[in-house]
Amino acid sequence: MDALLALIDTNKIFNLTTLGHYWDGFVMTIQLVASSLLIGLIISVPLAVMRTSKNPFINYPVWFFTYVFRGTPLLIQLYMIYYGVTLIDGIQESVFWVIFERAYYPCLIAFTLNTAAYTTEIFRGAIEATPKGEIEAAKAYGMSWLKRMTRIVLPSAFRRAIPAYSNEVIFMLHASAIASTVTIIDLTGAARDIYARYYAPFESFLFVAAIYLSITFTIIFIFKQLEKRLLAHLQPR
Amino acid sequence: MLDLHGYGPSIFSGAIVTIEVALLSIIIAFILGLLGAVAKQSGGTISRSIATAYTTIIRGVPDLVLMMLIFFGGQIAFNNFTEWLYYASDEKIDIFININEFVAGVLTIGFIFGAYMTETFRGAFLAVDQGQIEAGKAYGMTNLQVFKRIMFPQMMRHALPGLGNNWQVLLKTTALVSVIGLADMVRLATEAAKSTGEPFLFFIPVAAVYLGLTACSEWGFAVLKKRYNVGTVEA
Repeated sequence: MDALLALIDTNKIFNLTTLGHYWDGFVMTIQLVASSLLIGLIISVPLAVMRTSKNPFINYPVWFFTYVFRGTPLLIQLYMIYYGVTLIDGIQESVFWVIFERAYYPCLIAFTLNTAAYTTEIFRGAIEATPKGEIEAAKAYGMSWLKRMTRIVLPSAFRRAIPAYSNEVIFMLHASAIASTVTIIDLTGAARDIYARYYAPFESFLFVAAIYLSITFTIIFIFKQLEKRLLAHLQPR
Repeated sequence: MLDLHGYGPSIFSGAIVTIEVALLSIIIAFILGLLGAVAKQSGGTISRSIATAYTTIIRGVPDLVLMMLIFFGGQIAFNNFTEWLYYASDEKIDIFININEFVAGVLTIGFIFGAYMTETFRGAFLAVDQGQIEAGKAYGMTNLQVFKRIMFPQMMRHALPGLGNNWQVLLKTTALVSVIGLADMVRLATEAAKSTGEPFLFFIPVAAVYLGLTACSEWGFAVLKKRYNVGTVEA
């Protein structure tokens, strides 16, 4: 304990200012990841239902969206939205500039579209795995398409999607580090600032690595608990 | 025809850099993955815990943070090591290696995907029938021979789908090397977009190249699958 206190006393990097900077970065990362995941989740449900449609005019546009967004690096998507919007002629004089002045919104849009594409495919797999008997039973009860979807197909698909979705959440947390490349001060951005100021790569980057690791473990823990409750019928006895 | 304002050739050379980084790092990842899987399977307590720590930590930290740690910190750590070596060897061993963007990028991506490969290979090794390994030993094969002749060819069949996924993710991860300054496709396109003020003109072709590489690798893995599935009946 004394050694630890001595270490805290002697180090020049982790003072109140830098820890405050890390804290701001932490808040930014959580805010960015949580809001893009939430909006992406909401968009992906209707998209997944459309993706399972037999009508090619409904199915193919969604397939194209997910193929492009899953087949190209998120960095390119972010650059395309960030530079694409800020370099449009006249945007800097228009009313939209209030929104796009900060890098936050282009970044949020890119992250949201990316996670929506991955989540759509996760839900599509879960919807297609619905046992045929359940749908036949629902039809035999005279349920309409909408009732079948909301009462039978989607609730069980959401449950089946949880393990894959937990991977997507962790993937998004890690991918959010690239927000620092478009001037956003997230956790990685804070580490870059502190590295540049003190020229201390190990202290600054190992510290954020530890923070990311603990967020990852927290997410895994939360999803394990969720699986225990919602997938109790699949647990080995 | 697409007018790239003379940036066409440089972006093409960037695409070559992207492919080089991807191929070199998949080789490193493949080797690390095999070593990690063997360590987790059959190694002693120490090597097993090292392999577990490796996969847990690497898969829990963003690629970009690791890349910056190795790029910014790697040179300092390496210089400290060579300095120590220089004095420890009575000023006889004097080596200097410059850890540039390319080396840092390839090492980091290989190191990160080695962790994912370890998990893929571990699962695939478990899928190989134990009786076949015993049969190999009964024939008097050494451990290495059993690995080379029995384990590896059968393991690859089970590992291919996971390997394919890892490769597709790795290909997209190579875009991150542009952040530490390597002149890959993404970096050159960004510079061109900034100086001409036409971002879509440069980013859309680059995105198309990534999509094309993805499509080519899907085809390549279909060929490999055919090769490693020889003699097995599809369920």
